Amino acid sequence: MSNLLQPHKADWYEASARERIAGLLDPTSFAEFLGPEQRAVSPHLAQFGLTGAFDDGIVVGRGSCGDHEVFVAAQEGQFLGGAFGEVHGAKLVGLLRAARAGAGRGGPRAVLLLLDTGGVRLQEANAGELAISEIIRAIIDVRTAGVPVLALVGGRAGAFGGGGIITACCSRIVVSEHARVSVSGPEVIETNKGVEEFDARDRALVWRVCGARTRYLTGGADRYVKGSIEDFREAATSLISHAPTFELSTLKAEQQRLTERLQHFGDCRDAPEIWRKAGLTQPDRITDITDDAFLAIQRPKGADHDAR
Amino acid sequence: MEQFHVHGTTKRRAGGHRHQAITGVNVSGNLEILVERALPDNECLVEVKTAVTGFRPIWEAVVQEFFVRSSPGGLRFSINDGGARPDTVTLRLMQSVQLMENER
Repeated sequence: MSNLLQPHKADWYEASARERIAGLLDPTSFAEFLGPEQRAVSPHLAQFGLTGAFDDGIVVGRGSCGDHEVFVAAQEGQFLGGAFGEVHGAKLVGLLRAARAGAGRGGPRAVLLLLDTGGVRLQEANAGELAISEIIRAIIDVRTAGVPVLALVGGRAGAFGGGGIITACCSRIVVSEHARVSVSGPEVIETNKGVEEFDARDRALVWRVCGARTRYLTGGADRYVKGSIEDFREAATSLISHAPTFELSTLKAEQQRLTERLQHFGDCRDAPEIWRKAGLTQPDRITDITDDAFLAIQRPKGADHDAR
Repeated sequence: MEQFHVHGTTKRRAGGHRHQAITGVNVSGNLEILVERALPDNECLVEVKTAVTGFRPIWEAVVQEFFVRSSPGGLRFSINDGGARPDTVTLRLMQSVQLMENER
């Protein structure tokens, strides 16, 4: 084994869903629910000549993370872009409902969502959209029952479409530089509104608009980490014990924060305008600096507002 | 899409005690293999589901060579293939046997 990279040292971006879980949780603590040997595969993909995956692109189960009992779900961003289908979505809904059922009765201390998704599968779109709605409701139920839900985003597919909404519904959001979180993806915007509205091939633009650094500085993510699985593990472990309670006042405070953000920055056309207005030094270099330099930046007022 | 299986007999049982393992991802140019210790010690089986049709003879050659090389007795391999090249298939098959031989 000595010639193999230890799981937690590996890069989150490059790792598969299973490798991320192996490095994120305490060694050998993971027990999978509905594992690949159960062959809970999509009933729809074969009609389109697609071969499917034995876990339908999502791994769910329980384990411990820094000695906290957790439930965990990891999307495989490479299989159909990590997109939600009927079975894929149902596995996540089931996990969240089980977490809620166990709240205060020996259930998990938190739920960790390792999102890596382009949204809903086109081949089973209606089922996928329904799954998204059920997942959002289930997250709200779990959080209301006192179990925090953490989103960890740093994969190739980002968190788009319904995956972006799901991310925003979580108690805390952890991102690394590669992460993108948004609803309509760059290609979708370009297809619908034209290249002058949004050039999806302009990678720098894509990351300035929905990339991790922008999300973190505007309060759309709570923790920015360097890219290793260990970095995500450290962030998750500390956030589990410090997740906010979830009640009406939480939502009102978040609404207030977003209203103020819109007032301050609503007329900005690109991210550097926001940084300039917020008084950050060298606003045009935010996307170019190292992770260490970025982490040394003081977030603009309001971004660290504890309101999610 | 094409589906078939390749059956083989082997001299010895695959090492280790793991009950199952999974490796790879079903994405273009790659494949996913689920291995289960589910057969008598002198048998092995590869079940292939591939997105690309017309390459069954090549699959059979690759799998038979793997049987001789690795002698994976007792193992059933289930494959979801996204159009992997033969060398990738061989590597993944070998990797899946190694996973089964590693102690948990």
